Amino acid sequence: MVNSANDPLLAADDLHLSFGSTQALNSASLRVYAGEVLALMGPSGSGKSTLLHCLAGILTPDTGRVTYAGRDLSAMSDSERSALRRTEFGFVFQFGQLVPELTCLENVALPLRLAGVGRRQAQGAAAGWLARLEVADVAQKRPGQASGGQGQRVAVARALVSRPRVIFADEPTGALDSLNGERVMQLFIAAARDTGAAVVLVTHEPRVAAYSGREAVVRDGRVREQEYAL
Amino acid sequence: MSAPVAARARWGSELALGVRLSVAGGRSGWVRLAMISLGVGLGVAMLFLAATLPAVTAVRDARVTARTVDPQQSIPRAADTLLTSEIKSEFRGRAIYGQQLQPEGDRAPLPPGVSRRLAPGEMVVSPALGELLASGDGALLRDRWPARIVGTIGPAGLSGPQEYAVYLGTDRLTDTTGHRVRSFGKSWDDGGMSPLLVLLGVVGLVVLLLPVMIFVTTAVRFGGEARDRQLAALRLVGADAAMTRRIAAGETLAGALLGLAVGGLLYLAVGLLLSRFVPPGLSFYPSDFRPVPVLAVLVVVLVPVVAVLVTLSALRRVVVEPLGVVRRSGDRRRRLWWRLVLPVAGLALLYPMRNGLSGQSTGFEYQVMAGVAALLVGVALLLPWVVDAVVRRLGGGSVAWQLAVRRLQLDSGTAVRAVSGIAVSVAGAIALQGLLAAVEAQFSPETGRDTAQFQSDVMLRQPLDPSGSWVRALRSTPGVRAVGPTSSFRAAAAGAAPDADTTLTVGDCDVLRLFARLDSCADGDSFIVTAPGTAALRPGTYAVRERSLPATDPSAQSWTLPAAARTVPAHADPGLDAQSGLMATPGALAGLKRPLADDVYVGVDPSDPDALDRVRNAAAHLDPSVLVWPVDPRSIENALASIRQGLLAGATALLLLIGASMLVNVAEQLRERRRLLAVLVAFGTRRATLTGSVLYQMAIPVALGLGLAVLTGSGLAMVMQALASAPISADWFGIGATSAVAALVVLLTTAASLPLLWRLTRPGGLRSE
Amino acid sequence: MCIVAVMSVGFALLGLLESGPRHGYDLKRSYDQRFGQGRTLHYGQVYSTLARLLKNGLVEVESEPGDGPDRKRYAITSAGVTDVATWLSQAERPEPYLQSTLYTKVVLALLTGRDAADVLDAQRAEHLRLMRELTRRKTGGDLADQLVCDYALFHLEADLRWLELTAARLDQLAGQVTGHAAGQVVGQVHP
Repeated sequence: MVNSANDPLLAADDLHLSFGSTQALNSASLRVYAGEVLALMGPSGSGKSTLLHCLAGILTPDTGRVTYAGRDLSAMSDSERSALRRTEFGFVFQFGQLVPELTCLENVALPLRLAGVGRRQAQGAAAGWLARLEVADVAQKRPGQASGGQGQRVAVARALVSRPRVIFADEPTGALDSLNGERVMQLFIAAARDTGAAVVLVTHEPRVAAYSGREAVVRDGRVREQEYAL
Repeated sequence: MSAPVAARARWGSELALGVRLSVAGGRSGWVRLAMISLGVGLGVAMLFLAATLPAVTAVRDARVTARTVDPQQSIPRAADTLLTSEIKSEFRGRAIYGQQLQPEGDRAPLPPGVSRRLAPGEMVVSPALGELLASGDGALLRDRWPARIVGTIGPAGLSGPQEYAVYLGTDRLTDTTGHRVRSFGKSWDDGGMSPLLVLLGVVGLVVLLLPVMIFVTTAVRFGGEARDRQLAALRLVGADAAMTRRIAAGETLAGALLGLAVGGLLYLAVGLLLSRFVPPGLSFYPSDFRPVPVLAVLVVVLVPVVAVLVTLSALRRVVVEPLGVVRRSGDRRRRLWWRLVLPVAGLALLYPMRNGLSGQSTGFEYQVMAGVAALLVGVALLLPWVVDAVVRRLGGGSVAWQLAVRRLQLDSGTAVRAVSGIAVSVAGAIALQGLLAAVEAQFSPETGRDTAQFQSDVMLRQPLDPSGSWVRALRSTPGVRAVGPTSSFRAAAAGAAPDADTTLTVGDCDVLRLFARLDSCADGDSFIVTAPGTAALRPGTYAVRERSLPATDPSAQSWTLPAAARTVPAHADPGLDAQSGLMATPGALAGLKRPLADDVYVGVDPSDPDALDRVRNAAAHLDPSVLVWPVDPRSIENALASIRQGLLAGATALLLLIGASMLVNVAEQLRERRRLLAVLVAFGTRRATLTGSVLYQMAIPVALGLGLAVLTGSGLAMVMQALASAPISADWFGIGATSAVAALVVLLTTAASLPLLWRLTRPGGLRSE
Repeated sequence: MCIVAVMSVGFALLGLLESGPRHGYDLKRSYDQRFGQGRTLHYGQVYSTLARLLKNGLVEVESEPGDGPDRKRYAITSAGVTDVATWLSQAERPEPYLQSTLYTKVVLALLTGRDAADVLDAQRAEHLRLMRELTRRKTGGDLADQLVCDYALFHLEADLRWLELTAARLDQLAGQVTGHAAGQVVGQVHP
């Protein structure tokens, strides 16, 4: 069990963010602890994806602070945040995230290659993760030739390959049927547990959220965070 | 039977549906339609221009022919004859055409465009020349012909509105100084254009028009992927495959027809602009600017037909299913053999002419045109295979490189289509440049003349006394530094065969230096001039006589070439090979009757731009028809250089056009991948990586296309050089310049796509759902 | 703890007997193994059910040599087989769950000016807690475990979806509840 008394790995404090006249985040605060699986739930348009993007340093909030391992993300330059995302974070999205021209193996190797790892070494590591997620057989295929479930597992492998400390997953099973979705979640969470990565899981499906250790509900740009019961 | 009628009605309604879809497709539909019609319009405008060129030149040529004086007529003086003498003058580098007219009776003919007879001291001028003479700029020119302007020359007598032309009334022409005519106009056939120029024109036309056609076919495919998705949606509601094809055809037809209209407007606008801003020597009347009707009809009919055919053939590769679009091109390997048919055929057509154009039967130009076109189209056909074959073997490299290479491996067709235009135009441009370089080398051999002292040659039509006042008049013209009259005799060695005579040129040391390399010279010296391939003359006694007299003329005088005469190498004469002969300073001719001058060399102050025109004025006072030539004729070279520059400019314009279509492709592709780009940025991809991949993605096909183009172009240039019987050489300047421009276009296109890339990779990109 | 599907123990025992006669003790063990997820049968319940079935002529007893109650073997009669078939072919009546405690709690919270969202959040947390436990069990268990837990998970998920929907419409509901007499609202829900 994760000790809630520890300092959080990633924390959002009093975030506000508006897109034009739409207020997406309205004093949102959240803590993510190392190694935990946190489900971000809430109705569509509640701001949960926006909160995820802010936590990952993709979006910068209008006001408020996001701190990762004690570093203030909003004080970083764009390239520093990019480097952080390359090395410390991993991402899984609902769909359309694999580069269609690259083979699945090359897709998985991509984050390592971006971080400067040599091609051979990167693809070796990628092959290991494809096997771990039981999709070694699609390694040489392009994403278009793999099924939806296989594609998501490839995406999960890609998120894990750089051994990130936080993985952000935005509706990772949203485009899959229940059976495929369950399998992806099981493999995903097990692999994340093994690497010790924290997972921030945006979902509106309670059964997917049930893979988390804790949930936070976003409503109208505000977070109701469930604390760990001791 | 009513079935065919019903079928036709359905066809019509489906085509109409396509037309409606193209305009009802919302903003993107409009953008697509606009791109297609703009692309087709540009192409159509260029095709119309090409169709206009022959018409404009034909009309100009007809008018110029109609005013030509036929010098071969030999007719007695009568009441209907006219003595003429051509005036070939220049003012500030612009040519002035003119004639001196001396009617010999009441019924003497008038040149075209001239409505009244001119008395001595009267002249008519073209409107452009009249304007010039009336303006401050023309003050210097007003002094050239001391005559009163009594009218203007009408369009019928001018090649174009900007031409400088003058007809001068005179009474000083004689049978020997003038040509007697009964009418204007040329009745003889001068054998048409030089085959070499025809070759240039033909190759130029093919080189410019092929990329235009390729551009039109690319333009028709603008936004094709969005269209395919639209068609898929139509299949979902029940359209069958044939219907979707007809709907697509209708949509393209709408774009092509709109393109025709746009092209027509563009053409008119360009015509209006051209008639004002074309170089004065090429000026034409707006009424001349209309395409050859047959060609215009061909363009109007063929462009929409080609557009529809291209669309249909593009759809052949695509299976439009109700739930989406499947591209068949993905894994299909391109075959080589049929792509080689055209280049081989092109070579086969050109091969018989390897020994030059001389002795070719008429119609050779069609064979050349077909051969060149086949070779160039062959490049366009070969390129997809080359790109495919090379890209398949590429690997390794950075992430940006990998992204680009994989993208090209999956679908190189779009990139190649845009690039094949580049390849064809560059291949053609290199071929033309090479041909031009060869022609240049042939037409303007270095004369080696020293132009420090004298720059102009005033060619007298009748020998004059070199000590006459006209020499003083020339010498006192402001800006003139030196005046050097020369005279020439025919000289025959005593005892030699009567026809083995040679030229004895007499002049000051300074003038003689123009003809041969003299190490030292003083008055009293004489020289034996040698040229390659001729036997050197020997000192001894020569019989010298005036140039126009026969060898046996009794007026011949005896002259001894002293044994001390030095042998010196000749410089080349402009337009001729180096001439051998004898040269002497006036002091060496002691005892001979003083010869009359037939050429006067004039040196002017190079810092005084008007000096040469003052010399022309002074010469015109002597005789309006006197010719003033540059000593070292760089003008041909200049003309060729400007053709080369024009060619480079044309190639650049084409490359820019192609760059624009590449930009459209890239923009479309980027927009389609908006989500993927956002994801890539989310997991930390540097923008430099994405930019690099866009750059590589354009640069790889362009580099391959250029490579193929340089190979084909150089090969074609060598074939052309062989055809022109010119020395064969590679034109590294042309290759370098065109390649540099192509590289620049790639960089510009990449740079132009960056703002869109930036915008699409902004953090908001993930929020599209 | 697991919510066991509501079903008749009697039909379950009959179904189990179809494959062959068994002792009461065997029957209990089979039942527990297959259907007993979290709630095993007592011996007493087994024997009282069997007695009822015997009375209705759906099973019969085959006695074996020896003594004691455990030496009775039960076998299904043809009437019993027919009954099982009829039961299986009959659709279960969907339960409307109109009388929901949770709904009542939400309305009462609104009526008394308390935060209804808190009620919903508390319930969500509780539901998710249970769902996590089921998910953990499912991940470690065999196919039968997975199917049974999924059954429960889908039902819990349905509850949670209702919670989400209600949460999204709390403002609307609050307007109606506070703007009208409570009875009217309840009356609308229970026509």
